[in-house]
Amino acid sequence: MFTRFNQFASPKHFYDLSARLTPWFTWASILLLLAGLYGGLVLAPADYQQGDSFRIIYIHVPSAWMSLFVYVVMAMAGGIGLIWHVKIADIIARSSASLGASFTFLALATGSLWGKPMWGTWWVWDARLTSELILLFLYLGYIALQSAFDDRRVAARAGAVLALVGLVNIPIIHYSVEWWSTLHQGPTITKFDAPSIHMSMLIPLLLMALAFKSYFISVLLIRARSEILEYECNSTWVEELISNRSF
Amino acid sequence: MSIQEFFHMGGYAFYVWSSYGLCAVVMILNVLQSVSRQKKTLNTLIKRQRRTLGQ
Repeated sequence: MFTRFNQFASPKHFYDLSARLTPWFTWASILLLLAGLYGGLVLAPADYQQGDSFRIIYIHVPSAWMSLFVYVVMAMAGGIGLIWHVKIADIIARSSASLGASFTFLALATGSLWGKPMWGTWWVWDARLTSELILLFLYLGYIALQSAFDDRRVAARAGAVLALVGLVNIPIIHYSVEWWSTLHQGPTITKFDAPSIHMSMLIPLLLMALAFKSYFISVLLIRARSEILEYECNSTWVEELISNRSF
Repeated sequence: MSIQEFFHMGGYAFYVWSSYGLCAVVMILNVLQSVSRQKKTLNTLIKRQRRTLGQ
């Protein structure tokens, strides 16, 4: 079992595996995206209160979910790298950061574009918006920290500690709409009773969420491949790979 | 629903389409940056190997 894990986690094996997996996730994300966009922009009826502006939900909510999901992936991978010195875990943590920052930026920007017509303001300093902004700063801090160290191992360790400490922000973001009064609407999907959203609006949202997830995985795999090559540039298998490519 | 109505988005066209546009730009830039970085990394390694083999 442990040897199988070691084999899976070996950079060479992961490099080959990710090359094979990337097209699958890319196509899955394109198809899910097309289906989700058609369902969300064309088939779903306009909201009875918010009109057509609610259609921003189909990118805002998946982005916001991904901003949290990617952060948890980054912190967990960082933690695994920190404790068990798994190189691939460090690489996954490092490759996730800019994608996570992108999703967080999109959640904030599309939220702002939704808030203006619905709340009458681009921005309020309430719990949900402020904690999501802190998440963006955590990502940016992590990225800055990665580029501040020449030694990748030190960078990975420092980044992992930052990411793990910042993990406390994740439940705060999630529960902020329940703990504090806010302009942001409460959860409609992740409630314990049935979600208070009609199926014709919910299904496109779930399709978009899956599309964003596949997109994340496929870009993550591409980024991880570059990281592996840079990390392992002096190893025999990379030199063999390069000589097979150049001749 | 006509095409015009679709683009009009019940009067929210600016907000809806700027959200979707921004999202498309950010997602496409991420892909392009990652793919070009992978190409660059491979090219750098190929050049480096040629240099060491040439010596």
